[in-house]
Amino acid sequence: MNYRMIFSTVGKVLFVEAVCFVLPFLVSLCYGEFMTMLWFGVCALIALASGFCLSFFLKPKSTAIYSKEGLITVALTWVFMSVIGALPFVMTGAVPSYIDALFETVSGFTTTGASILTEFDPGTGYLAMDKGLLFWRSFTHWIGGMGVLVFVTAISGKSSDRQIYILKAEIPGPTMDKIVPRSRDTAKILYLMYFGMTIVTFILLVCGGMSFFDGIIHALGTAGTGGFGIRVDGCASYSPFCQWVIAIFMFLFGVNFNLYYLILVGKIKDVLKSSELKLYVLLVVLATAAISINILSLYGSFGVALRHSFFQVATISSTTGFSSANFDTWPAFSKAILLFFMFTGACAGSTAGGVKLSRVMLLLKSGNRELKKVLHPRTASVVKADGKKVDESVISATGNYLAIYLACILVIFLAISVDGFNVETNFTASVSCFNNVGPGFGAVGPSGSYAGYSAFSKIVLTLGMLLGRLEIYPLLLVFIPNTWIKR
Amino acid sequence: MKVIVAGCGKVGKTIIASMVKENHDVVAMDTNPKVVSAVNNEYDVMSLCGNATSYDDLKEAGAGGCDIFIAVTSSDELNMLACFAAKRMGAKYTVARIREAEYNKKSLVFMKEQLEISLVLNPEKLTSEALYNLLKLPSACKVETFADRRFEMIELIVRKKTPLDGVRLSEIRKKQSYKFLVCEVQRGDEVFIPNGNFLIHSGDKVGIMCEREETHRTLKTLGFLQKECKEAIILGGGKIAYYLAQKLSENHSAVKIIEKNEDKCVELCENLPSQVTVVHGNGMSQDLLSEEGIDGTDAFIALTGKDEENILISFYAISRQVPKIVCKVNTEELSAIAEKLGMDSIITPKRLVADVLVRYARALQNSMGSTVEKLYSIAGGQVEALEFIVTDKFEYSSVPLKNLKLKEDVLVAGIIRQGQTLVPGGDDYIIPGDRVVVFAKGNRIGTLSDAISERRSAENK
Repeated sequence: MNYRMIFSTVGKVLFVEAVCFVLPFLVSLCYGEFMTMLWFGVCALIALASGFCLSFFLKPKSTAIYSKEGLITVALTWVFMSVIGALPFVMTGAVPSYIDALFETVSGFTTTGASILTEFDPGTGYLAMDKGLLFWRSFTHWIGGMGVLVFVTAISGKSSDRQIYILKAEIPGPTMDKIVPRSRDTAKILYLMYFGMTIVTFILLVCGGMSFFDGIIHALGTAGTGGFGIRVDGCASYSPFCQWVIAIFMFLFGVNFNLYYLILVGKIKDVLKSSELKLYVLLVVLATAAISINILSLYGSFGVALRHSFFQVATISSTTGFSSANFDTWPAFSKAILLFFMFTGACAGSTAGGVKLSRVMLLLKSGNRELKKVLHPRTASVVKADGKKVDESVISATGNYLAIYLACILVIFLAISVDGFNVETNFTASVSCFNNVGPGFGAVGPSGSYAGYSAFSKIVLTLGMLLGRLEIYPLLLVFIPNTWIKR
Repeated sequence: MKVIVAGCGKVGKTIIASMVKENHDVVAMDTNPKVVSAVNNEYDVMSLCGNATSYDDLKEAGAGGCDIFIAVTSSDELNMLACFAAKRMGAKYTVARIREAEYNKKSLVFMKEQLEISLVLNPEKLTSEALYNLLKLPSACKVETFADRRFEMIELIVRKKTPLDGVRLSEIRKKQSYKFLVCEVQRGDEVFIPNGNFLIHSGDKVGIMCEREETHRTLKTLGFLQKECKEAIILGGGKIAYYLAQKLSENHSAVKIIEKNEDKCVELCENLPSQVTVVHGNGMSQDLLSEEGIDGTDAFIALTGKDEENILISFYAISRQVPKIVCKVNTEELSAIAEKLGMDSIITPKRLVADVLVRYARALQNSMGSTVEKLYSIAGGQVEALEFIVTDKFEYSSVPLKNLKLKEDVLVAGIIRQGQTLVPGGDDYIIPGDRVVVFAKGNRIGTLSDAISERRSAENK
């Protein structure tokens, strides 16, 4: 294994993180939080120094990487990035326990949005924390949403062969389709679209009456489909217009970004043909309608019910985790629908988490084929997606993925059950963290937090979030001895 | 430039690799999904599974907007049709591989014109031409011709106690009256663009640039024995063997082809002139080789379909002290191993094809700012030899070369002025209208001015 190449890439990522620290540094400067600013400066230097150690003392002899190196690179990158990203919380004393800080940071990078912060300023209803730290918390969503290695690919001068292994491991979804021939250009285009859409969200939110700071926080959280809120009641106190903007953009960020590129180059027909998009729209519309009717009695007017229903469906299906209403108090049917969306997530190639609808679709189709085979054992049939035959290896890989996926959730569920919360809380906590949603039901519902869990459970959930974001295999590989032992 | 490569076989992949290296946007097409995903993983390209003659698949690949469309599938007919379709859809240039001998006669011109194919590739013919050049100068490992064949670059291995062994390059000029220039030296895995202080050891592979008329005399003075190839044994009766035998027999050499397959033997007999002897038998049998006179032959060329067989039997030929042995190896890894083991002349058809295409693509880029006329890759692609035509805009016109500071690892190796060839020394200069050959290692040079970093100030020289 090419360790040097792996660590030099990780080093490059830490350089990028050091640059990222500059933004909260500036925010702290603007709001006059000089101590916090200082600590961000220190963290930037730490990231810079460790990046320097990794990439300069371990100069790669050859740049050749293969599938294994790609996966390990991605896993280690995320681990290192989180470990350093957690430092500002501890150093400033805002989050005294390092494990809590790590939980919060990983929750940020993986765009989960599960928080352990409980202290709200009783006067304003905002989280009692420095603005710089709040910004950093939400900024991690934005970095983690599209993927930091995708960013490194976009800015790296030279693209090497087989770089695709890294992109494949970081961009979620069963397959990764390039939109232009070169990886670097693909990454650039993705980030440009991501950046552009974030700006649009921000502008609309500010137009809708949100303050400048709140606008940035929610634009970043929406774009990364992360969902760190800064108010005690989530998004409930913002104007209906802002809620609609956030809901619609959460939905949009759950769409495969390749489709936006197709729109940009004028191939709208191809976009409309995408069966994953069709399924996504269909499910969201159906769920919104069902929940609206279900909660009509709670809110009285249909308009309000529709708004809250769509907001919650969008937030959970895109695995964001904002909330405009405390859906924990909703009827069981509505909660069941939301739980369903926690598993499925949105489209592959978006910033959303979950199983991804393209996988769900493949599984349903191959399940249907099995059923046919039972009826007519001699039928020959293929599974098709978007009119093309899907390779058998992709189908079996999808099936296996789901098996490991469920196994992971169950293990996490078992592990955190030790803490004595009820089954609903534990189950939705593990599902929500693993799928990078954020809130669950019960004690971890929209108005609750993960602060009550023990340190052990927090570590388990932290690993769960990373596993879910990287789609299991990269991080799992790190724990398998065969990866490291030469035989 | 946007390049589409249809067909990802051996040749296709080599083309993809060199096109990616040249910084083109490459789209790869193949009908086999496994090959497609392998290509997608291995190279930085967009790959898609599809038939190169299908309108829908071509559209998906973006054939309408591509600059070069290269069809190198296994079927000639498919390649022609794909090129035709791509051209009609709007591809600017199309390249088809057409290897069947029947198509490569007069019908080729007709087809090329009617289907508007810009370039026809015949790897076997290209290979046979390279082989023929080699056999004419048996002491060379590799021969490249430049500037309408006025210059030749010959790669030689310096043996012990020959005039070049242990010589500093600056001394050569004083000793030898013939004009030639050592323009690259390969030592082990390293390649050098030498300057005057460079010391040549035995065992080095040196590239020597000289005028074509002087080649034979130069080689003689440098102690390389010349015995023109009058008799050759070719192992394997494929297409390369066919073209080579034809060419050799035209030049009155005695050629013997040994082929296993009887049908193929009959076919060769039908198509080749009667001077060529076709032997039906297993060329791997040493008895047969002795019987057919391997001990007396001037050259032995291993062209069977299997790289391993070619390498092994070539080593047998070395042990029988055949003066010139050429071995066809298509796998790059194997050719490196064979070279390390002491095989001097190895020929890799797919590499030749890729070089031709890189040259072609660079020439097309001419209009886009680069003035490279031709390009040759040397020493496994580590060194590039580029041909320029000097334009009026050249800022160092008429400045003696010794007053120009070239970039590191760059060498001006040849100048042609009004049909006169010139192996340049420090007092020579470049003027507009010249054709210049430049050797460069590591640098990507687009224009002649790129090669020159600054003018050396007058007092500095």
